[in-house]
Amino acid sequence: MPHALNHRDTETQRKNRFSVLSVSPWLKRIALWVLPLAFLAVFFFFPLSRILAFTLSPEAITAKNLPITASALLFTFYQAFLSTLLTLLLGFPSAVLFARFDFRGKSLLRALTAVPFMLPTVVVAAAFNSLLGQRGLLNTLITNYQLPTFTPSPFTLILLAHVFYNTTIVIRIAGTALSSLDPQLEQTARSLGADSLRVWTNVTLPLLRPSLLAASLLVFLFDFTSFGVILLLGGSQFATLEVEIYLQAVKFLNLPLAALLSTLQLLCTLIFSTLYSYLVTRNSYPLAPRSTQHPPRTFQQKLFVSTFCLLLSAFFLAPLASLPARSLFRLEADRGQRAQIQYGFTADYYTELFINRRGSIFYVPPIRAAFNSLAYASATVILSLLLGFPAAFALAKPTRLEKILDPLIMLPLGSSAVMLGLGFIITYGKWLTSPLLVPFAHTLVALPFVIRTLQPAIASIPDHLRQAASSLGASPLEVWKHIDLPILRRAALTAATFSFTVSLGEFGATLLIARPEYPTIPVAIERFLSQPGGLNYGQAMAMATLLMLITTASILLIEKFRPPSAGDF
Amino acid sequence: MLELHHIFKTYEGKPLLTDISFTVNAGETLCLLGASGSGKSTLLRMIAGLETPDSGSILFNGMDLASTPPHLRDFGLVFQDYSLFPHLNVNENVAFGLKMRRLPPQEITERAARSLKLVNLQGFERRRVTDLSGGEQQRVALARALAIRPRLLLFDEPLGALDKKLKDGLLEELRTILHRTQIPAIYVTHDQEEAFAIADRILILHEGHILRKGTPAEVWANPQSVYAAEFLGVGKVFDGVVMDGQNGNWKVSSEFGIFALDCGHEHSRGEKVHLLARPPKVQDEANVISSMVTDVIFQHDRYKVTFDNGLFVYLDEPPKIGEQFAARVRVECLS
Repeated sequence: MPHALNHRDTETQRKNRFSVLSVSPWLKRIALWVLPLAFLAVFFFFPLSRILAFTLSPEAITAKNLPITASALLFTFYQAFLSTLLTLLLGFPSAVLFARFDFRGKSLLRALTAVPFMLPTVVVAAAFNSLLGQRGLLNTLITNYQLPTFTPSPFTLILLAHVFYNTTIVIRIAGTALSSLDPQLEQTARSLGADSLRVWTNVTLPLLRPSLLAASLLVFLFDFTSFGVILLLGGSQFATLEVEIYLQAVKFLNLPLAALLSTLQLLCTLIFSTLYSYLVTRNSYPLAPRSTQHPPRTFQQKLFVSTFCLLLSAFFLAPLASLPARSLFRLEADRGQRAQIQYGFTADYYTELFINRRGSIFYVPPIRAAFNSLAYASATVILSLLLGFPAAFALAKPTRLEKILDPLIMLPLGSSAVMLGLGFIITYGKWLTSPLLVPFAHTLVALPFVIRTLQPAIASIPDHLRQAASSLGASPLEVWKHIDLPILRRAALTAATFSFTVSLGEFGATLLIARPEYPTIPVAIERFLSQPGGLNYGQAMAMATLLMLITTASILLIEKFRPPSAGDF
Repeated sequence: MLELHHIFKTYEGKPLLTDISFTVNAGETLCLLGASGSGKSTLLRMIAGLETPDSGSILFNGMDLASTPPHLRDFGLVFQDYSLFPHLNVNENVAFGLKMRRLPPQEITERAARSLKLVNLQGFERRRVTDLSGGEQQRVALARALAIRPRLLLFDEPLGALDKKLKDGLLEELRTILHRTQIPAIYVTHDQEEAFAIADRILILHEGHILRKGTPAEVWANPQSVYAAEFLGVGKVFDGVVMDGQNGNWKVSSEFGIFALDCGHEHSRGEKVHLLARPPKVQDEANVISSMVTDVIFQHDRYKVTFDNGLFVYLDEPPKIGEQFAARVRVECLS
């Protein structure tokens, strides 16, 4: 009994010791929010307000600007619509393939279709260029063997790259819906007299419609805001809203028009994303998940499965393989000997990256771009975790305040990268000489991902876990060390890798604000690709290959550490 | 009407159904009774055409169904979890099969209404199926299956998801409907009470074999196997050894004493037999086994009294728990 009393004493002492440190919960909330909100206010909301102010200025809406705006808007819708249609055409049968059938190598093929989604736009653009572009593998080989020429137009390349990027969205959303469709519904329909076709049209498709619509809308949204792919594969004659913002801001210095286009773009994406959330929350049927996968049985099923396996492997492997291949393969007319095409393996494109040539397009050896990228990415990781942790902690236990702040925090995700860059130019133009702005821009892009990764992990730690630990004698500090930290370590690592990858691949904002003497890898690839000459092209391929390797390694890391509770985006 | 001949089916190399043959006659309700994994659902799905047997044939009115796809069989199918189409309302669900048959709209409306009336769901036409209770949903599923005027109704544990009271009510309605429409039916369940309540004939499946078939009364009176007796809960099964005797009059010893049995089986001295001790009918000649009372359950007009050795009997005046009690039971030979 005296022993128990003694214990009680130390317990109260401990409590007293820490009650000194405890502050009012409101103050705590505010302390958590100060840094993230200040950051967003300075680097997002203030620039955004400046863009809006420019939009409303008389120089924005002029007789000269309006036709440009209208044609950009029209073309953006046109290409996004076509891309979405093609993506559905490949994606829906693929979703059926993965949701309904079991076959060897299925998980590998599925993973392969998901790879492009995480790749930087410049890598995808470079990959398609290396395969089908004017200086690509296929075209050079055809010319060499004097075969009938086959050169897909730049527009075709853009559409293909969009399909390459977004097919995985359709596979995931429609495939999940399809595989969670109770097979007994279709069986009942059959017993009621519906043949296979009418089961599809009367039961399966109506039940899939909400998820197909949601997937289409999301794909459309991504195609609508696509920038890197269009600029790199198409060039400035394919002026979507994004490309036009870039051109007006950087090439023609018509900031009011750029602002007008940005506002229009933001408005469109907001409408689409609202529509998407509405669709996702509203039109869902309660479905009973049940395994419906089986090996292909009939001849038609076998034909379907093998055809689509081949098609998907070819479509997704070819660009990914041709990029590194082209970076190691010389396929060019030698200097002065136009007729003779030299070919063979070479490491020249890689060694050239380390040489600072006079008259080259940089003032530094191109490999400096890789160091810049790594430095920017490291800074972005530190900055985004520093801001993301307090915000995620506050959002993990939401009060009314957090319900208001949550959509605000996620807003940068809805605005395009080019627009973020434009905001920086308009607002902080005089500091553009400093390389410091780049990590801030990257942090803006990465922050929503970081928060969305950390938040569920923090929320998943039940309070009674901490209470149990303290009842067993752990001090608050020990609770943090032994409970919170081990559980959050994986999530933090995932978030860090996410933000690292985002920064490495970021193209839109960086292209607008990066100084010529501080290029990043994506910016360097863009410059190499926009120059003539086999050496420049080869260096673009080499750099894109490097970026692809680093990003792939990061994706593998994320997949390894990603806590199962972390949400999708 | 429906005939199954020597059906065999294996699943992942293991035999699932072995040599199943039976018939369902006009207007008859046949109950497939068995534990989970006995193959009863697979058998039903084969009859519906959703799965194919490895060998054997299924005939309806003398016609082999092997080449008839499910949608042309005209068999109504009712699942445990209703499988109502969530994107259609009550009336659209019921009319689905009629629409598939491309009937004129007038007739679709009439027949759907009649079907809904049959299951007492008038006025529910425009309701969303997701807003209905479990019992209402199952009525819609039944109305939907009835609307196509099926040649045969197939039920796969249709009341498994409902609570006891609702189950009893629906069971009664179902019996009435089946009787009135005279549609032959196959009813799959693992619940022997349900089976006894609805079936004209019962078929007990165990590990892919038909263990026993007969009317409920026949099966109850003579379960014929240890598994069936235990599964149905007819009484306590125990072992005995034949000591002596001749046809019609055997002396068998067991842990509960020596019994004189009058069964139709051939036995030899020293043979091991399975015995069943069950509550006797009033006119039965009874044996007496003395053991300790472990449980007394009140059941309406009598008490079910269970003993420490697994015996149970029904009594009007219950003994106390813990008491030693000499119970009158009837001992039978199962094999």
